[in-house]
Amino acid sequence: MRARAILLFWQIAVLVLFLALWHFGTAIGWLDPFFFSRPLDVLERTWRDFASGVIWRHLWITLLETILAFVIGSVGGVVAGFWLARRELLSAILQPYLKAINAMPRVVLAPIFALWFGLGIWSKVALGVTLVFFIVFFAVYQGVREVNPVLVANARMLGMNERQMLRHLYLPAALSWMFASLHAAVGFALVGAVVGEYLGSAAGLGYRIQQAEGSFDVTGVFSGMLVLAIFVLVIDAIVSIIERRLLVWRPKAALTGTEG
Amino acid sequence: MRGEAHQAAVRLEGVSITYRFPDGRRYPAVAPTDLAIAPGEFVALVGPTGCGKSTLLNVVAGLVTPTTGRVLVDGTPLLGINTRAGYLFQQEALFPWKTALANVAVGLEVKGVPRAQAQERARQWLARVGLAGFADRFPHELSGGQKKRVGLAQVLAREPAILLMDEPFGPLDAQTRAIMGDLLLELWSAEKKAVLFVTHDLEEAIALADRVLIMSAGPEARIIGDHPVPIPRPRDTHEVRLTSTFVEIHRTLWHQLRSEVLKGYARSEGKEEPVS
Repeated sequence: MRARAILLFWQIAVLVLFLALWHFGTAIGWLDPFFFSRPLDVLERTWRDFASGVIWRHLWITLLETILAFVIGSVGGVVAGFWLARRELLSAILQPYLKAINAMPRVVLAPIFALWFGLGIWSKVALGVTLVFFIVFFAVYQGVREVNPVLVANARMLGMNERQMLRHLYLPAALSWMFASLHAAVGFALVGAVVGEYLGSAAGLGYRIQQAEGSFDVTGVFSGMLVLAIFVLVIDAIVSIIERRLLVWRPKAALTGTEG
Repeated sequence: MRGEAHQAAVRLEGVSITYRFPDGRRYPAVAPTDLAIAPGEFVALVGPTGCGKSTLLNVVAGLVTPTTGRVLVDGTPLLGINTRAGYLFQQEALFPWKTALANVAVGLEVKGVPRAQAQERARQWLARVGLAGFADRFPHELSGGQKKRVGLAQVLAREPAILLMDEPFGPLDAQTRAIMGDLLLELWSAEKKAVLFVTHDLEEAIALADRVLIMSAGPEARIIGDHPVPIPRPRDTHEVRLTSTFVEIHRTLWHQLRSEVLKGYARSEGKEEPVS
């Protein structure tokens, strides 16, 4: 508990130091507020956006896009990963194409998706899906293929048929791998949404940032980034809670990483 | 007791195993082998590391198809998995995402036992292996010995006619091994299943079994010794080691096994151990 308090202290200290440098840098003229804004201005702008309520609609749009991209991409990834992992030949045939598509920078797809799905939320969801799908797909694919062979042998000796092995062995194994990639998947769903908004939309956090940039409103850009950062932290915390509830069978060390 | 007179629980007829490598090389792991295990008989199979004893066990389990010969289970040729057998693995084989109770119950549920009934029987089996208070623990929350107990319950709860064990207590410390041996004998004497117990520990084999088979070093490993163990039951696996019969059998068998172990060393020098 004490170690934790000390850690938290230093984490906050880093933030305070950064803000202090920024603040005094602009106050004494090292940094030009036109290009770098001021921390208090950014806070004030953010506060005003929340107080006046204009930000809520944009937050909601981005959240909706993120959730949709995450859900569609994950379900697709789990199903495809599962299905291909158990089909040796087909996965060998598709392997180079999957790798090629995954290696492609998704930003180049954004205009095409805008063309196909319009400027509403669905072009952003599509962009997020292409990111989330592959993360989850590769994790599940790997997870199913690398299921401990002793467990497979034991399942067979316990008399399980294909369907029962799927339920008691492959699905839980794949899900544990999926959860390992969950944080990354949620993050990428958000990246897809924001990048999509940034490149062409009428609402969302990415749109807000893009609008601010268009009018050289550095304070607005930083305020948008701040809201985005808070948004990411909140989503990540929710994912951690879900993870902890669903993976109770995992040894604690594996969940919390290096901590403890 | 050799299973010739009546129907054997398990009979191997000319079973041999040859591995074929992708580059075309062949490795004759096990030479044609005959073996019969009577119902209720406890047979231990001892041999040097990597001699193919686990492979032979996997053949009886139906996990490995023999290159030649056949396996008869209760007189019927074995096709695919041996559904009458329970298998206790050397490595950890519990489902890590299931509690101790669920791990035991799942073997019953897949057989079609209704969930509530499967749980009830699983609970009884956990109590029989001394883990009544551990039903809700996940495998990572159990010690090595406790995990083996859950594994034993998982296998025995399905009431197999044949029990196959592949160095099941190998990874445990000496004291835990002794205790597990006693537990195994206690459970076995209540149910009297045919047992094929693979180990490299001669003392463990003599202490537990009715009959000890010695296997030669590979390649072309064969059963080169078949020794009855005329020590009365019930046995205490620790006490029994101090009796004169035990010492005498141990001396004879060790003499035979020792030369095979040395042969095995000579052959595996610098080579990787074949996957068992």
